[in-house]
Amino acid sequence: MKSSFRLLMLSMLLAPFLVLSATAVFIEEKLKDPVLEARALEISAEIRCLVCQNQSILDSNAELAKDLRQIVRERIALGESDEEVRGFLVDRYGDWVLLNPPFKISTVFLWLGPAVIFILGAFAMVVFLRGRNRLVEDESRTKLSTTEEAEVNRLLKSDETGQNS
Amino acid sequence: MRIRFLIPVVTFVGIAAMMWYALFNLNPTEIPTEFVSKPAPEFSLEPVPGYGPGLAQEDLATGKVILLNVFASWCVACMAEHPFFMELKAQDTVDIFGLNYKDTPDGAAKWLARHGNPYKRTGMDLKGRVGIDFGVYGVPETFVISPDGKILDKIIGPVSPDMFESRIRPLLNEAGS
Repeated sequence: MKSSFRLLMLSMLLAPFLVLSATAVFIEEKLKDPVLEARALEISAEIRCLVCQNQSILDSNAELAKDLRQIVRERIALGESDEEVRGFLVDRYGDWVLLNPPFKISTVFLWLGPAVIFILGAFAMVVFLRGRNRLVEDESRTKLSTTEEAEVNRLLKSDETGQNS
Repeated sequence: MRIRFLIPVVTFVGIAAMMWYALFNLNPTEIPTEFVSKPAPEFSLEPVPGYGPGLAQEDLATGKVILLNVFASWCVACMAEHPFFMELKAQDTVDIFGLNYKDTPDGAAKWLARHGNPYKRTGMDLKGRVGIDFGVYGVPETFVISPDGKILDKIIGPVSPDMFESRIRPLLNEAGS
């Protein structure tokens, strides 16, 4: 009785792992060579599914993603390099199909924009803070006239002795 | 000098305007075709049984602007544009070729029998490979093909009369003049 309960608890504990391994790979024809298959999966993970947009074709169950995975495998089986396989898809669907956009003229702002904005912001902050410091310095540099100084001294002295009325 | 306090406000208004525009005017699911002013890819397909001659790359160069419509009997949005294509055919505005995408011969033939056939030629892309060569990622899509068989534009989703006037008519007129 007790041991069967333990078994039940154990199987409940392990159930999620079973499900995980079941959803990780879709049922479809794989390449026989495990090295090539690993390459196919690696490329697929970097290809955007055009139907579901922010999933890779490796994660997507869409019909098109399935076809594209198959194409990636075929291209690799034909002996193409990773670059050539990606090129095949880019020719048809554009750079958008790559989850990692390439660095070129049309994507310069995408890649360098954040850095440029950061530098501009830092520059603006430095200018602002220096301006404020200068303001304080200017105030401290203003000299008192002799009559003002005498008045200040008189007030300070009267304060010291506590006879300020 | 005193307008410096406006800088954050102006920055915010700029960002808000950009996002407002993107929210209502840009469609992230529309990925423009890579093929603009490139020749259509090579292919050769059998027709839907009983529906006109088949379709191949060289058939697209007709000497006038034509439409290549990607359709399927399982595609619900295709029914939305279908009556409009029938209308275009009745008025003889433009020739339309049909690329039947990932369908069964039987299903496609029945669908055309039920809804009418607006196509001069049809081709069955049973495996969807020709579709991928064309960069198709959803049905319906409609390519505008130049007189010499080059792709001029692609319309993603059903073609409405408004869209026809704004995006296809100018291309027709351009080639006509």
